[in-house]
Amino acid sequence: MSLLTISASPHVHGDNSTKKIMWGVVYAMIPALLVSVYYFGLDALRVVFIAVAASVFFEWLIQKYLIKGANTIMDGSAIITGILLAFNVPSNLPWWIIILGALVAIGMGKMSYGGLGKNPFNPALVGRVFMLISFPVQMTSWPKAQPIIDGITDAVTGPTALGIMKEGLDAGKTVSELMPEIPSNMQLLIGNMGGSMGEVSAIAIILGGLYMCWKKIITWEIPISILLTVFVFSKIFCFIDPEHYVSPIFHLLTGGMLLGAIFMATDMVSSPMTRYGQLVYGVGIGLLTIIIRVWGAYPEGMSFAILIMNSTVPLLNNSFKPTRFGKEVKHG
Amino acid sequence: MKTFKLGGVHPPENKLSAQAAIEKIAIPKQVSVPIGQHLGAPATAVVKKGDEVKVGQLLAKATGFISANIHSPVSGKVFKIDNVYDSSGYRKPSIIIKVEGDEWVDTIDRSPEIDGNIKLSAKEITDKINEMGVVGLGGATFPSFVKLMVPEGKKVDFLVINGVECEPYLTSDHRVMLERGEEMLIGVSILMKGLKTNKALIGVENNKPDAIEDLRKLAQKFKGIEIHPLKVQYPQGGEKQLIQALTGREVPSGKLPLEVGCVVNNVGTALAVYEAVQKNKPLFERVVTVTGKSVKKPSNFLTRIGTPVKELIEAAQGLPDDTGKIINGGPMMGKALISTDIPVVKGTSGILIMPEKESKRNDTSNCIRCAKCVQVCPMGLEPVLLSKTSKLEMFEKVENERVMDCIECGSCSYTCPANIPLLDYIRYGKNKVGQILRERSKK
Repeated sequence: MSLLTISASPHVHGDNSTKKIMWGVVYAMIPALLVSVYYFGLDALRVVFIAVAASVFFEWLIQKYLIKGANTIMDGSAIITGILLAFNVPSNLPWWIIILGALVAIGMGKMSYGGLGKNPFNPALVGRVFMLISFPVQMTSWPKAQPIIDGITDAVTGPTALGIMKEGLDAGKTVSELMPEIPSNMQLLIGNMGGSMGEVSAIAIILGGLYMCWKKIITWEIPISILLTVFVFSKIFCFIDPEHYVSPIFHLLTGGMLLGAIFMATDMVSSPMTRYGQLVYGVGIGLLTIIIRVWGAYPEGMSFAILIMNSTVPLLNNSFKPTRFGKEVKHG
Repeated sequence: MKTFKLGGVHPPENKLSAQAAIEKIAIPKQVSVPIGQHLGAPATAVVKKGDEVKVGQLLAKATGFISANIHSPVSGKVFKIDNVYDSSGYRKPSIIIKVEGDEWVDTIDRSPEIDGNIKLSAKEITDKINEMGVVGLGGATFPSFVKLMVPEGKKVDFLVINGVECEPYLTSDHRVMLERGEEMLIGVSILMKGLKTNKALIGVENNKPDAIEDLRKLAQKFKGIEIHPLKVQYPQGGEKQLIQALTGREVPSGKLPLEVGCVVNNVGTALAVYEAVQKNKPLFERVVTVTGKSVKKPSNFLTRIGTPVKELIEAAQGLPDDTGKIINGGPMMGKALISTDIPVVKGTSGILIMPEKESKRNDTSNCIRCAKCVQVCPMGLEPVLLSKTSKLEMFEKVENERVMDCIECGSCSYTCPANIPLLDYIRYGKNKVGQILRERSKK
């Protein structure tokens, strides 16, 4: 008989693994991916393919030649970054911008800190914000949603619902004047509108979120606290002055709200670890998003809000401790 | 269903030996009886080389307050007193006896009748339990009489009896409850008398419905004993978790269960108490589960203390070819053994044989800050933080983050998706902080 293995307890391990978690997130994004292909055609597939391939390639390259560590691309996290990056851009974005975005997301957003688990910010959002600031024209010319079954027609571009609302209000129009230009709530729910590829369909994103909750990849605290804060905060203004502040439902169903709340803010690496920390983090994201959307220069504030709150995570982890067993702190 | 409030995991139960009735195992040719098999100071040997001993005769006498007597599990001749490897992996002084026959001291009542008439007073019960060397058989091996000595001003509201057996694989407590239920309940009544309390709560995990049903029937004959099914959730059998599940009370950090009016004992201990008090029988044998996925005949053996583990494995039809690891205890908190010559001691609840392919740890990767360890910690600690700060030797921080509350249940390492050995680092930190605290209290 060979020698006995000696190790400290526990001697068994659960079936949890990083790979399983990451692939679970990938599966959860499939509904949103299908919807974006439905509305934006093969262009959507093209963007996803380029973003994923570039993200995986850059991770492999940096890991091999700069970090000189074991190959990590199979853990699936670069694929998530790639898909999320693609979800955050218009489907007609030139290929070279996507590749640059992936390089910034993976290179600057993740690998420069040491790879998976070490990055303080959500890598896909770092890539997105880089692209938005560097290529504002390409990043904000959204093709209109055209269901594949209607046949291929010339792509028409236009602003997003959030953009229409923002520009209109800034130009002195009122909400009721602008509402006819905005897709109906039902259209917003199923995703029949112009916008970033993965952001458009609320239902598909919620489906993915429920799947992740069921698989215990995410918990309810972050998404619910964000959405509830957005609802309450925007309701207050809408209640006071409904002609200049749009309804909470509009805020919840447009832009990156749901994608951000369910897929981006919940990124475990860059979000707080304890329940109360997560709630504060979610409330912070909700408030900042509405502040940026209503009074900021950009029509959409989700990305900035998440990145800003990412930076507070170490502080939140330090300030909000889990409920301890046994209230008294005394050592006998 | 009742359970504890914070954290917990649910590893595969694998109770392979649950249906195997307790079997008496043959007495080996030679036993080695360590003189330190309990928590506290090792006992002092009172026999010397060449002495003839009988079953139940005192071999070593308790030394100091927290210590326990050790009695001979066999009859025969003391061969030598030498250092022998025990489950800790260190060599510890042990009394080695060559077995001749099976002659018991005549003070032990060997009649099969169950004696439910408790004649001794509370004080006499405590003394008898002390004399008979009874220690906690759940694994911690804390001398049982100490738990009965309730300080002035403290009152025991509940005697909590641990029949949870939340460790996967192990079934010795389960079999004791099924086969020795009545004696065990008399043991509980004795402990209740000793503690001057009229309420005992027995917690049993719901994966043992037969034991729950049996005990419920039997308990009708006893006053003040309640049987409570508990949710199958590890570590339900942790002392503090069990008290919370059964009474809703929370033992404060750094305090004993007595602080909330509870005393906890294991079902195996209750049986040993019965035998000690009613039958005058010292603790020299116990039920040990021998199990594992490749073991041909997973069993529960009534085993004399000092029997080498290899004898038990032989009785379970031999060591499987694919053996990679042998564990003293369960897979969550047990200790890996360095050889099969190690003797069974009072705290050995099971021998688990793990196949080679399940014996090695998986490769670790970066922490992804998923906070799973925080979610599963039954003490509400942050294993990720404790392990990181222990690794960095920031012991002040480790102490402030309440490392001493850690019960070393292993839920964090079990659940970590990156396979980080969190508990290894936390144990290191806990050890160091323990040293610092002891030095501080000396000043």
